[in-house]
Formats: sequence, structure tokens, C-alpha cells
Amino acid sequence: MSYPPDFKYTKQHEWIKADGDSATVGITNYAQESLGDIVFVETPKVGAELTAGKAFGTVESVKAVSDLYAPASGTVTEVNGELATAPEKINKDAHSAWIMKIKLKNPGELNSLLSAADYEKFVAEEGGH
Amino acid sequence: MSALPTTPTIRKTALNAVHRQMGTKMVEFNGWDMPVEYPTSGGIIAEHMAVRTGVGIFDVSHMGDIRLSGPGALAAVQHISMNDAARLAVGQAQYSALLYPQGTFVDDVIVHRLADDEYLLVINAGTREKDFNWVRENTRNFDCRVENLSDDFTQIAIQGPRAVVVLQKLTDADLSSVKFYWVMRGTVCGLRNILIARTGYTGEDGFEIYIPADEATSARVWNEILKTGKDLGILPCGLGARNTLRLEAKLPLYEHEISDTINVWEAGLDRFCKMEKPEFIGRAALEKARTEGLNRVLTGIEMIDRGIARDGYKVQDETGREIGYVTSGSPAPFLKKNIALAYVPPAFSEIGRELKVDIRGQGVTARVVPTPFYKRQKKT
Repeated sequence: MSYPPDFKYTKQHEWIKADGDSATVGITNYAQESLGDIVFVETPKVGAELTAGKAFGTVESVKAVSDLYAPASGTVTEVNGELATAPEKINKDAHSAWIMKIKLKNPGELNSLLSAADYEKFVAEEGGH
Repeated sequence: MSALPTTPTIRKTALNAVHRQMGTKMVEFNGWDMPVEYPTSGGIIAEHMAVRTGVGIFDVSHMGDIRLSGPGALAAVQHISMNDAARLAVGQAQYSALLYPQGTFVDDVIVHRLADDEYLLVINAGTREKDFNWVRENTRNFDCRVENLSDDFTQIAIQGPRAVVVLQKLTDADLSSVKFYWVMRGTVCGLRNILIARTGYTGEDGFEIYIPADEATSARVWNEILKTGKDLGILPCGLGARNTLRLEAKLPLYEHEISDTINVWEAGLDRFCKMEKPEFIGRAALEKARTEGLNRVLTGIEMIDRGIARDGYKVQDETGREIGYVTSGSPAPFLKKNIALAYVPPAFSEIGRELKVDIRGQGVTARVVPTPFYKRQKKT
């Protein structure tokens, strides 16, 4: 699966797509593949303040619990309610099954994240050994 | 120069290369490099459902095997295990456990009686060396030979309601004559005199076969089973599904439901512990423990509120006071509930009682339910 070039990526396997000062966040295809069957997503509440790099929720597969890390600082404006009853949507298409939308505090923060090409290289190395 | 590595080598089963070729997700389990799930199967949930409704196969060669043989073999087995091996006919097997003098677990085992004076103990991967040394030490005074056959076999489990259909196509043995927890020998995939046991760790009907551990033979048998079961939707299954299957059926896992600090009564394994036997290691302590009463019992719970109880999470009463802990917790793919086993005081273990599980600082409501969570429909 290809990684959309208009997204930015974290080394903790979240993606973020910015549009001005608002952004959509999810987890990458690599993340869903590593996790396996996703059965539970714990999202923050609308209005929650996020700090870049800090945990904001969890995603659980049958086997394991993983923290989700905020790719950027900001305020949660919307969460994807569909995931409460159908978390497996992330397995089906991780790059469209978004987790939340945020209002960015500082859109410039995204410059420090990985591009699609860099992220692909990163996961190739991580998965390769 | 760097120092020599001190970490022990990871052990591999004879099917390791086969798993890796299939793109299997591997995980370290008790020092073994084992399949956790097969993306080609569609993941843990698909594998779990295949075993509940059709058939799946597992590489369980990490399990160990100890053979006791000779005139004193029965007496030795009786001394070191809690079930009554004298009740076994040749060809019969029983669930049992090896206990410490304090009535806690060295390991749980399946004891197979292979011949008049020959018993095979199938033991857990993580306790192989400990078990073998312990069995050898504690059977010194008996006229029997103790052999560690752990590396001699590739053990393949074929599990599910259609397992019998698949395996019957590959063997001359009449599988309809083998009852659950019985064992026989037959030709399997052209290999003579193969041990075929109607046992498993999934809560379903199924078989475990013990074939020579060389890589070529192991790969050939594995692939033939997969090919033969293809029309029936057979899936290769990993430790992920093995764990969710055994949890639904409330089958204990060492270091979780049973350990060297948990005794037989606490674990609720009373029916496999034959106190009418005059002597076995652990018996005296269990006699005493029985009169003293229990401080905790293994209890099945299901989550009512949203959340998944996981191994090690704390269990609380309705006021938030800690009363116990989860030994195994997971989503249950067939039951479609979030279930767990937990140790709690007997006063909190009655069916229907509400408890809380501490999930990342939140007390999430759960309820005590009857166990096993899942019980297969037996024919007749």
C-alpha cells in the first residue's frame, strides 16, 4: 500500500493531513498491519488539548494495547464516532479511517515530521530485521 | 572486540522456515521463535473462527515430552502427578499437573499411557528443562527410565469440528474409534507408527500428532495437511488464536492461571486432583489448604462497560478497592465479548456480581459469569 504524499508521518506510525490550521489524524497502514485485528480505539474528547509527541489515546488489537501519540499540538474538534462500533475500518483502510480532527496550534510543527518517502524508508528498515 | 553475546539463542521449531516463507508474524514465546498469526489466514479473529467452526492447524513443537518407562513407571507417575494415572487404560490420556510440596504448580501436563509400563508426559515450552530435571529428581527411587524426548517430535495440532475429516484423509487409523483424550498409532502421510492423540488446547475436538522432527518431513506433513484441508477452509493458526481459544474454554496457561505460587484449589482444578490417592507430591499441603479455606479463587468475568481487561490489570470492588488481578484477558472472537480470568476473594466470585477492572486508571464495570465461557456442543 502506498503512503499518500500529502500526509506527514511520525515514527510512532501516526499520519496527519493538514488543511490550513486544521488537520486530520490516523494511524498508518504499517501500524494496522503490525497490530493485526483492531478491536478497540480510545479517542480523546472534543475540546481536549494535545501536545505534540504526547499520548492522546489508545488502539487495541486482539493481542495488544498501543498508545497513540499526537503528531502535532492542538485542540480536538471532532472524533470519528464510527470507530466505536467498527474499529476494524482501520484494518480495511488505515489512511481513510481517520481517528480525530484537530485545530493546529502551530502548523509549522508539521515540518519536523516525516514525508511519505521518508516514512516508507523508515518502516522498511524497522520491518526488515 | 565486543563481548560475546550472553543472551540465550532463540529456539526454532523444524517448521520455522515454512512459517517465515508464508510471511507469518513471529513472536518470541518462552524462548521460542513462534508464529503469532498468519496474515495469509486473515489474522487472529479469522484463525479463531476457523477452529470454532471448521478446522485450523498449529505448530506446537515447542511443547516438551518426557517418557517414563519400566516396571516402576506407574508408581513414579502417581508420585509426581495429581491425577490418578492408575485409571488410565493403555491408549488413554488425562489432564494432570506436577506439584511442588506446597501444592503449587511445577507445570500442568497431559499424561498419555502408551503401553503397560510406558507413559508420555506432554509439558509446556517455558518449563521444559525445569520439568525434566524435576521429574528426574523426584523419580530416582522408582524402577523406571526417564527420557527427555522434547527435541524428537514436531507436534502439529489439527483442531476444530472438521479436524477429524481432514486427518482421516491422511491416515489409515480409524479416527472414529479414538475418543476424546485417547491416543493411538497409525500411518500419517505415509509415515508409519505415528502417535495420534485426540487432544488439544482450544476447547474443540481435534488431534495432536507427533511426527519426526526433521525439517523435510515436518514441512511435507504440514503442507499436506494444509492442502488436504483446503476445501474445508483450513487455516494455519498461531499463538494469538491459540491463546484466545484456550481462554474462551478456560484452559489454564502457566505463569497466568497457574504458577509456583498458586495452588490447585485456587485454580479450580479440583476435579483433576485425586485426593483419594494415598500419596503424591503436594498432597499433604493441599489437605491442609482445604481445611483452611481459600483467600482467592479463579473467576471468570465479562466486561459490561466499554474496555478490555488485560493480563495483570487490577480488579476492584464497587468502591474501587483493589481485590485481585486479571490473569488473562482478551476480546473473545467467537463470543464477541471482552472476557477475563481473575483471582479474587471467594466473597466476590458469585455469578452476577459486579466488579471493576482498572483500565488505565478508570474503573470499568465487569460482571462475574459462569465458566468455561465457551463449551462446545458434544455429539450425543
